[in-house]
Amino acid sequence: MNARYRRFGALLGLAVLTLGMVGTPRAATPVLPRDSVYHLQATLTDQAGRARPWASLAGRPRVVSMFYTSCQYVCPLIVDAGKAVERGLTPAQQARIGIVLVSMDPSRDTPAALQSVAKARALPATRWTLASPQPEQVRQIAGVLGIRYRELADGDFNHTSALVLLDARGRVLARTEQVGSTPDPDFLAAVRAAGAP
Amino acid sequence: MRVAAALAMLLLAAPLAAEAEGSRVPEGYVAMRGGDFTTALRYEDRPGRSRIAPFALMQRPVTNAQFRRFVQAHPHWRRDRVPRALAEARYLSHWEGPLQPGDAAQDARPVTWVSWFAADAYCQAQGARLPTWGEWEYAAAADETRADARGDRAFRERILAWYARPSDTPLPRAGLQAPNVHGVQDLHGLVWEWTEDFSSLLVSADNRQQGDAGRMEFCGAGALSMDDRENYAVLMRVAMLSSLGAADATANLGFRCARDLP
Repeated sequence: MNARYRRFGALLGLAVLTLGMVGTPRAATPVLPRDSVYHLQATLTDQAGRARPWASLAGRPRVVSMFYTSCQYVCPLIVDAGKAVERGLTPAQQARIGIVLVSMDPSRDTPAALQSVAKARALPATRWTLASPQPEQVRQIAGVLGIRYRELADGDFNHTSALVLLDARGRVLARTEQVGSTPDPDFLAAVRAAGAP
Repeated sequence: MRVAAALAMLLLAAPLAAEAEGSRVPEGYVAMRGGDFTTALRYEDRPGRSRIAPFALMQRPVTNAQFRRFVQAHPHWRRDRVPRALAEARYLSHWEGPLQPGDAAQDARPVTWVSWFAADAYCQAQGARLPTWGEWEYAAAADETRADARGDRAFRERILAWYARPSDTPLPRAGLQAPNVHGVQDLHGLVWEWTEDFSSLLVSADNRQQGDAGRMEFCGAGALSMDDRENYAVLMRVAMLSSLGAADATANLGFRCARDLP
């Protein structure tokens, strides 16, 4: 490799490094439309323990919901709902749509807790992101998703359930509160359209 | 800019540091002792009295003048720049310009047409936060002489008289009403106020539409209902807050900030 290519290689390395850091919401902000939920400044820690800006979810369409891992009744249904949506997609559509479950219980939903749900429910990391925000950001993320919740005395949560379809730039394309193993047909149609090439 | 703002805050806070009692409470705030408090809401998971920790609450709701200074220092909260996901189209729509409250929204009037995100950001910029519903209800239970005047029919009727006034008349200035026993003004009779946990008030839309005020519940577990059915003022606040999204703004909805106290 001659000097010129080495320099190019170094530049390329720098570019890759910089791209890796473009995850800060400020850097992403200029390309976001005004109604994008990714304008919210928040940090997620995912099932692999990686900290990433909320805005770094931009770049592909996502089906987003909120849950918590110690939940006995409703939250397994939220995972079911995500799986049901996936089943309604072709493999090519599946590859284009990300599914994101944001925890409303970040103090207990450590990467290990999130990972154990991902394993137990066989949720591939290529398509499924399970993540906890900073504690003070939970209500903000719930706010942009239109989800309401209250922590109960025993550590459970009372919450509304919704699946929200975001386009690659964070605009809400569709929303359903029909959560379970039978997908809402209108919502599924919207996800299919978002997953079209 | 941020350094200048911080410096200005330090300078403002400096005179208070000299006062022994006031040293913990910033200017414009009132210390609230807290303690055991019976909310008018009934949660199945939390029967009985709850504990309100000591906190500081702004003496008055945030005014247009105060909010204009915030928007100047944080221009991404200007009405012509704010992301729609964080504030709806009517955000600050009553102001003359993006940085001018103007005649319709005079400086001393409480700011309204603000979203929860904007109110939250304002408080955070002051090193503060929005009060919780419990803190707000605790502070608002007081009249001029009693920490808990809710059992007094005259007190309740005085509050309700405000709700009967037409909402299209111009807002009065903040701070015109007599302080309550804690020294806090305008908790009733001026504007509705955001709370930090407004979206924890889970009232199912069906029940709200049916107007069944006595039994508001959501999803069985942790049902929310009214323990004190005579307390319409609280009931109306809860019904209003539970109907809002975090980006919503209304003509009569403002806010004030709170802080933790050691």
